[in-house]
Amino acid sequence: MTNKTSRTLFLILLLATASLRAQVSFERLLRADREPQNWLTYSGTVQSQRFSQLTQITPDNVKNLQLQWIFQARSIEKFETTALVVDGIMYTVQAPNDLLALDAVTGRTFWMYSYRPSQDSRPCCGRVNRGVAILGDTLFMGTIDGHLVAVDARNGRPIWDAAVAQPEAGYAFTHAPLVVKDKVIVGTAGGEFGIRGFLAAFDAKSGKEIWRFYTIPGPGEPGHESWSGDSWKRGGGSIWVTGSYDPDLNLTYWGIGNAGPDYNGDVRLGDNLYTSSVVALDADTGKLKWHYQFSPHDEFDYDAVQVPVLGDITWNGGPRKVMMFANRNGFFYVLDRGTGQFLLGKPFVRVNWADGFDDKGRPRRVPGQIPTEQGTLIFPGNQGGTNWYNPSFSPRTGLFYIPTWVNYSSIYVRRPAEFAEGRGFNGGTVRNTVPQGLRVGPVGYRTEDEGYGAVRAIDPHTGDLKWEYKMTEFTQAGILTTASDLVFTGGNEGYFFALNARTGALLWKSTVGGQVASGPMTYAVGGRQYVAVAAGSSLFAFALRQ
Amino acid sequence: MWRARLRSVVLAAAALLAVAPGILAQHEVTADDVREGERLFASTCTGCHGADGDAVFGVDLGHGQFRNSPTDDDLARTIRNGLAGTGMPPSTFSDPQAAMLVAYLRSRVATPIGLVPGDAARGKAIFDGKGKCATCHRVAGSGSRLGPDLSDIGLTRKVDDLHRSLVEPGAEILPANRSFRVVTRDGTTITGRLLNHDTFAVLLIDSQERLRSFAKATLRDYGFVDASSMPSYRDSLTADERTDIVRYLASLTGVKSERSATRDPDR
Repeated sequence: MTNKTSRTLFLILLLATASLRAQVSFERLLRADREPQNWLTYSGTVQSQRFSQLTQITPDNVKNLQLQWIFQARSIEKFETTALVVDGIMYTVQAPNDLLALDAVTGRTFWMYSYRPSQDSRPCCGRVNRGVAILGDTLFMGTIDGHLVAVDARNGRPIWDAAVAQPEAGYAFTHAPLVVKDKVIVGTAGGEFGIRGFLAAFDAKSGKEIWRFYTIPGPGEPGHESWSGDSWKRGGGSIWVTGSYDPDLNLTYWGIGNAGPDYNGDVRLGDNLYTSSVVALDADTGKLKWHYQFSPHDEFDYDAVQVPVLGDITWNGGPRKVMMFANRNGFFYVLDRGTGQFLLGKPFVRVNWADGFDDKGRPRRVPGQIPTEQGTLIFPGNQGGTNWYNPSFSPRTGLFYIPTWVNYSSIYVRRPAEFAEGRGFNGGTVRNTVPQGLRVGPVGYRTEDEGYGAVRAIDPHTGDLKWEYKMTEFTQAGILTTASDLVFTGGNEGYFFALNARTGALLWKSTVGGQVASGPMTYAVGGRQYVAVAAGSSLFAFALRQ
Repeated sequence: MWRARLRSVVLAAAALLAVAPGILAQHEVTADDVREGERLFASTCTGCHGADGDAVFGVDLGHGQFRNSPTDDDLARTIRNGLAGTGMPPSTFSDPQAAMLVAYLRSRVATPIGLVPGDAARGKAIFDGKGKCATCHRVAGSGSRLGPDLSDIGLTRKVDDLHRSLVEPGAEILPANRSFRVVTRDGTTITGRLLNHDTFAVLLIDSQERLRSFAKATLRDYGFVDASSMPSYRDSLTADERTDIVRYLASLTGVKSERSATRDPDR
């Protein structure tokens, strides 16, 4: 071996080692909390707490936060993506499906992969994307026309493209996939189009489908009897927010969307499993381990499409592996995540469709509180006490933080339901309790009694409200907490701000000029902590003034 | 409620629509078209847009104002293709179905002016004179900016609503039209119409028609004023005079855009 050859070999080995180090193994995803400079999954960790160990930014110095860069998307769609950051590279999505690698320090673009979705795609509520997943050197993005694509994280070139679901029938992928071991898990949106929802796992290397879990059981499967007639074929049960994973139990948890038609349950008598439920699936096989249904026979569009947050807390004097779940239906829940046992359910906003729970944790319905032809006033309203925007749990403060719609209601109207493929399948409608009227700008004109947005901090042991930070307008902003006891979030008004996680006191704010409809995240490069959030059609990164 | 009122004007509206330009001119719009449009709207559109067409934030289909679709053809195109950058998805409606939906949406707007009783010229005289309406309201650039500008009120409110507002002004005040009051630290009270507000600031137009901004932290008190500042004309105007005013108001359809009237429909 000549010197030159050996030098070349050494270089190759060095590059290979560097490359291996840069690979995002599944072990790194599982231990994401140990490398808080990175944000490796949609929710930060597979437990989905959105809690960061980074502490450079503190309650004392947060007032010195300064804008570092803005990425302006060339898209007028809502920017709902939570970015990933891997070793200084940020991966985000310009809606609907342009995947970008940005320099996390400057915001400059390394590359962009433009996926062109089919014109047939018809996501109900915006051509949006909430994020991507990474494994090894490969990024995974669901598309609004029902594809799952794998993209090389170094050069933005597609590796495989799996056509999974039919966009013309209303199927769409809008959430960030979840990687578990060697699989990529993604579920379908489309709950307003009479779909039959599913969650499926794909081999990360090949894109081959490994398992599929239908959110509505077919003939012969347990739970099928909770649907009358053929209603199960178009009963909804969409999935549009990323689930969680417990490596010890090897269970993956997903919130399931509303039953269809939304507001008229007469055509789908029964509990309509597993709509408006959380399911725990064996991550290797997709087999159902347990389920808990938050809103049996839902007629209020109460998707249980919230992030299931996993935490280990003290319960009745002993340690307990729980799931905390702030539901669109207005209740905050604690479940045993090994068994699905109902531990706690308590309203975190005004609720008038149920007044408690039976011994098994089934909500006790208030008679007469159902959609009617004339309309019925229901709290919380159609958008829920909270919705898809992520909550956060801080193991330090022990508090659960919820983006909340307070005093919010809708009038629910029942109508006949007509099914036609690819069309809205609603069986009714809602009226705003406070009519918008004409020329209402981006801000509503409600009194506090008529509704406002807030961050509510809940003690998960009791469901009691510890503090509240009030906004004037509602919020669709996710929440980030840090180990320095900061809460970062925003709202529809176009502010991004920091609160004291223990008291709710406002510590810092910045206008971002547009609605925050994404989850903030934090990362560090070169020892400097950044906080990034998408608002309007731009992505903003802040760090302490140097 | 509007559904009941709507039915009473469906036929007349259909007749009006028969002379509308664009795709609707390709065949005569019938009352059946409007009814079918209503059925399609109820089964497909209200899931997102709501029964009153105002459930999508910033969108209000109940008043015939379509920000992104000024013409009937634009509206039909939006219904069929969806609208990029919004939650509006493409649909599977055929062209005739889209046209029926347009016919229905147009029919919701207002009573055809020919069917509104009264005398607009007399109504205008009462509006400007005895009724003193211009003390608070503005039409086509003249009058006060304190109350709602009524320049296109004929497009946005139905005749029944206009009558009711004259005799019972407090019966239904749109949230955006409620009076707002702020009290500064030195005790000064300023009342006006709220133009915007958020957690930190209040923006209003005050009684001197000045655009004002207040930091909430500097205010002693602020909030909506429940009562309407408009007087009732139940006793101060005769029924005939009110009818004339309503006829005048119903004739107000706003500033017409030359561009949208003349542009190439195939742009």
